[in-house]
Amino acid sequence: MRKLVGIELYKIFTRKRSYIAFIAVLLIILIAQAAMLWEGESMYAYLTKNLSDAFYMQGKLVNGYLMTYLVLNFLWVHIPLLIVIVTGDLFSGEAQGGTFRLVLSRPVSRGGLVSAKFIAGMVYTFVLMMLFAVSSLGLGLLLFGQGDLIVIFDTISIFPEADVLWRFLAAFAYGLLGMVTVASLSMLLSSMASNSLGPILSTMAIIILFTMISTFDFNFFRYLKPFLLTSYLDAWQMFFSFDPDISLILKNAGVLLLHCGIFYTATLLYFKRKDILT
Amino acid sequence: MHRFPPAEPIVKVSNLSKHFADIMAVDNLSFQVMEGDIYGFLGPNGSGKSTSIRLMLSLMRPDKGRLEIFGMPLKQNRMKILKNVGAFIEKPDFYEYLSAHKNLELLCRYSGIPADAGRIMEILELVGLKDRASYKVKTYSKGMKQRLGIAQSLLHDPELLILDEPASGLDPSGNRDIRELVKYLNREKGKTIILSSHNLSEIEMIATRMLIINKGKKLVEGSVKELLAEQSYLTSFMVDDATRASKALEQGPFEVSRLLVSDKLLQLHCTREIIPDINAYLISAGIRVESIKIEQTLEEFFLNMT
Repeated sequence: MRKLVGIELYKIFTRKRSYIAFIAVLLIILIAQAAMLWEGESMYAYLTKNLSDAFYMQGKLVNGYLMTYLVLNFLWVHIPLLIVIVTGDLFSGEAQGGTFRLVLSRPVSRGGLVSAKFIAGMVYTFVLMMLFAVSSLGLGLLLFGQGDLIVIFDTISIFPEADVLWRFLAAFAYGLLGMVTVASLSMLLSSMASNSLGPILSTMAIIILFTMISTFDFNFFRYLKPFLLTSYLDAWQMFFSFDPDISLILKNAGVLLLHCGIFYTATLLYFKRKDILT
Repeated sequence: MHRFPPAEPIVKVSNLSKHFADIMAVDNLSFQVMEGDIYGFLGPNGSGKSTSIRLMLSLMRPDKGRLEIFGMPLKQNRMKILKNVGAFIEKPDFYEYLSAHKNLELLCRYSGIPADAGRIMEILELVGLKDRASYKVKTYSKGMKQRLGIAQSLLHDPELLILDEPASGLDPSGNRDIRELVKYLNREKGKTIILSSHNLSEIEMIATRMLIINKGKKLVEGSVKELLAEQSYLTSFMVDDATRASKALEQGPFEVSRLLVSDKLLQLHCTREIIPDINAYLISAGIRVESIKIEQTLEEFFLNMT
């Protein structure tokens, strides 16, 4: 298995396409933070105008932590898209390129190959998320410095500087789990396709559609919400409430893990029976 | 190297069937390949050759039937069997963004053998690609990819080679190189080879036994020499006087058909065995024979058989 994982990782990291996501993450963070550096203070003053009428605000509120919190919102659509560009191609790329014939006419177990591709896809997701976390936090702190974190989400929460870092680490860890789930979904779809574009677009269509349904507050959609993957992807936000409901966060993480397990098992069962036609 | 009793076939296919939607790609196919054979697997495009080969390599699941390789059922012994099988299937696809050397290195690791640089270069030299080993595959011509395809099938020194149209799309010299390589591997390296093709003359030149399939069904199986000897060939005699030659043949003892005469060309259908006798007969009748050309297309072969 280690050998197969090594080969899959080698294939991922020798393709130029795999680095598009890394470059895009760095660019997104750089552009977002440069924009905030340029006019962040005035934008923030505008957003908190009503608050400043009622409260006396002191200190440096536009700081690296706030920037990182804002950048975390890229976890909704942008980061999943960058991940599935690679993970959505892991199976379908080989089917399209005809290389499954080369690999599977050798003594390679199909189950082993599926597991190796899943592990390699997760490693890639981890590396990308590490880059996302380190660059957003690092660049944010470098450009804007430290300070208390103000979060306006349902209520206004202001976290003292000393109480912030663990929240970010936990949010990124939860975000990683969410992105691994998205990657697993894309790999399931990829195993069923013989062109690369199909699984990438399908995964994104599912994420966007489910997110829209989760967002609309209609009765019917409310019944659907517990069954939608996207309802559990955004639980990283709970770490930015004063008293995070850890049991609820763990329950949501469990649902995501369950999704990963289902996607992996479905891929395994499908791929073991799949005829290699390309 | 795998050992099996000499009397046992190396590949035994029994009642193999596979369908796609409403098309029967392989229909109750049975055949055997013996150790040391160059086994020609012949049929027109779309006859079910590639599907049969994919089934033999467990790239597809059969609807029914039994496949045994090295005396072991494929289904239960896939990994063990594939360690000793090299395959080239349809067209040579590789990881285009990697060099030929790197592709072979990865395939060594997939095969569970050490990625020995010396061995890789030795194989690349055998197929004439040593000088281009470090070039990315995307820069390769079709012929070079074809040769790299053969190279990858030899990497793990398998006992059985399954080559699906290995010379497809190559120029005549490339075609000859592949033919010579196949002969060399069979004679010098002792490999059993299944060679699929839609080209009868290619199979005739190198195969010892052959199977002909059409629409997924077996038409005939046996020794190439015997099968072709029984068949009728279109034979062209270039003579000094075709009309006189034709009349002489009509009075002769030969069973020939479809006599076609032009000025100096006499074309007739006859079995291969009697061609030297016809030649001798024409000469004894005072006719000067300038050349003899024997040809048979796969289509004619099918027509003769069916």
